[in-house]
Amino acid sequence: MGRLNWQFGEVVATQTETSRTKSIQLSVPNWVGHRPGQHVDVRLTAEDGYQAERSYSIASPPEEQPHVTLTIERLDDGEVSPYLVDELRVGDKLELRGPIGGYFVWEASMDGPLLLVAGGSGIVPLMAMIRHRAVVGSTVATHLLYSSRSFEEVIYRDELDRLVKSTTHLEVVYTFTREQPPGWTGYHRRIDTEMLREVAWSPDQRPLMFICGPTPFVETASASLVTLGDDPARIKTERFGPTGEA
Amino acid sequence: MENKLDGNAAAGVLQEIFPFEMTLVQATCTGCGTTKVIGALAVYMHGMGTIVRCPTCDTVLIRVAQTKGRNFLDMRGVRVLQISAGE
Repeated sequence: MGRLNWQFGEVVATQTETSRTKSIQLSVPNWVGHRPGQHVDVRLTAEDGYQAERSYSIASPPEEQPHVTLTIERLDDGEVSPYLVDELRVGDKLELRGPIGGYFVWEASMDGPLLLVAGGSGIVPLMAMIRHRAVVGSTVATHLLYSSRSFEEVIYRDELDRLVKSTTHLEVVYTFTREQPPGWTGYHRRIDTEMLREVAWSPDQRPLMFICGPTPFVETASASLVTLGDDPARIKTERFGPTGEA
Repeated sequence: MENKLDGNAAAGVLQEIFPFEMTLVQATCTGCGTTKVIGALAVYMHGMGTIVRCPTCDTVLIRVAQTKGRNFLDMRGVRVLQISAGE
């Protein structure tokens, strides 16, 4: 471990996930490997030298090395994300540094049970954990509670469906806060203590908990888990700025 | 605009300065004496820089401002940093 250096990755593939999100697969020649939950900083430099820097979570599992996939949500008033989502093409170079952050990390060796709570694009680092869990064949019991505004805005929907069917002990629970598909009988409200009481593990099972989403979402989820008796030291949070509610 | 984020958000800025995985380094707050890993602290990102605060008492532990290739680091809110070998 040493100081971080900026380096260039080359875009090798892109995939539209939802109307506002895109996954960008990069080949990074000197990639040292990452742990599920880590992020990178991306830096764009304008012709006049102006630079803008943002952090993006890594969506791919470590096992996908030497490739690294980021999933990026377009913020309409953003300085960086509209370029990454709408303009970046295969073959383009992107300046980044990482992997960053050893705190918000889960690896199969850390055991569980695992509770993952995602608000909107907060699913991205949690997906790296879920993918890693699947690739290494971990059977750690895992509950994902995923809050989205609508069914259409769920990122990785098909892959999550597949993983629930093809792996054991993975359960995915959705809540749609704005719009529900016809006939939907699941949750259709913002997360709250009652919902977490139903979805989370009992505190005496000593779960590991990871929450990622917009700041108010993370605060609600973590406060609810503490109210339910969970150990704050086992709750790890990653907040991101205002990107719309989840 | 000020966003409350987690210690993770300051990791890149701090690891540009320190050769350690800084979210796992423990910091003791001069304000209340609480010791937490930096990943569990509160971070506020401003245009001018990054501010790391104690989530218990709100004391500013670390301030980093960056201008044209120079980092200004103010750590007066940190009483002790505990860095494990291997980080």
